[in-house]
Amino acid sequence: MYFVVAGGGEVGFHLSQALLEAGHEVMILESDRRRAQYIQEQLGSVVMTASADEGRSQMDAGCQRADAVIAVTGDDAKNLVICQLAKLHCRAERVIARVNNPKNEIVFKALGIDETISSTRVLMGVIEQELPTGGFFPLMPLTGSHLELIEAEVAPNTPAAGRKVGELGLAAFGALIGGIVRQGKILHAHGDTPLEVGDRVIVFSPTAAEADVRRALFG
Amino acid sequence: MNIVIIGCGRVGAFLAGLLDEDGHAVTVVDVERSSFDHLPQSFKGNTLLGSGTDLDTLRQAGVENAEALFALTQGDNRNLMAAQIAKEIFGVRRVIAKVNDPIRARLYRTQGLTTISRTTILGTLLHALLAEDPEVGKVLMEKTLAHEERLSADAPVAAKAD
Repeated sequence: MYFVVAGGGEVGFHLSQALLEAGHEVMILESDRRRAQYIQEQLGSVVMTASADEGRSQMDAGCQRADAVIAVTGDDAKNLVICQLAKLHCRAERVIARVNNPKNEIVFKALGIDETISSTRVLMGVIEQELPTGGFFPLMPLTGSHLELIEAEVAPNTPAAGRKVGELGLAAFGALIGGIVRQGKILHAHGDTPLEVGDRVIVFSPTAAEADVRRALFG
Repeated sequence: MNIVIIGCGRVGAFLAGLLDEDGHAVTVVDVERSSFDHLPQSFKGNTLLGSGTDLDTLRQAGVENAEALFALTQGDNRNLMAAQIAKEIFGVRRVIAKVNDPIRARLYRTQGLTTISRTTILGTLLHALLAEDPEVGKVLMEKTLAHEERLSADAPVAAKAD
């Protein structure tokens, strides 16, 4: 597949390297000449010194025939415009934006960019996975809605431990437990199903209610 | 009218002064506190420290009850993002973004967002002045000079450097 990666910072560099190693074709747009030169020395002729937020550079890089344009600069406003330009100007098939401020996921969706990746969120997920108190990881946003999928592990001495599903009050903020994973098996989550420590629950939740869900499960 | 201005550089501060004088309720937002020094001393509106692309900052600036928003920071992309948030998320009726890149300005205009490119406006004006085209430049220059006259009258000492 062919990918245009907008922004040759750390994220763009390593993403491109991984895509190349996986056998894909990549073109990186990087506006800083010295950085572009470094990338060329490391990865070969896969970089153009150009501003990714300009329509002409995007056309030169072949955004119109790319399988996806991925905007990964450290500037959310720039990533938004890169993705919008790729869609409007180049009719790119698929655009993916990195958002640095997790609040902007909602903004990007409202402005027509459905696929976003929040590095802050991913990091939070990784860190929480390491915490002994059980994990709470937003897995992914559901495309085309303001909903997301969350996985949480029921920890000892939390409101969720020993409680019945219906008693958690998730419905109040529009969230619901879609299933429970207990010892590798999937259980239906009925209102009267008691939760045990170590259960992993899969929650469908409005993105805006993520904090409420966290409080309901962990206190 | 409740009006929000994002970016208190020279243009933002100048416009804030004009609108304030006209009696509008103006709130100016900027990430840099020292930018508010650009405002005329007579300015009676509000200033808010924060980013114009941040939902909470915009809410705090009163965007939900604003009739107009101008996005006038130095960054085209930031202006486009702030203006789109105001228009699409908060439903502000009149939104104008300064987008100096003419190509981006035009593209977003075709999508229904009002954009103004300083590059093409100033270039067109200069072109008309040289050609002594009376239609284009005359009224604008007259108004501009009058504003400048008043500004210098307001400033007690010599105008501040940047």
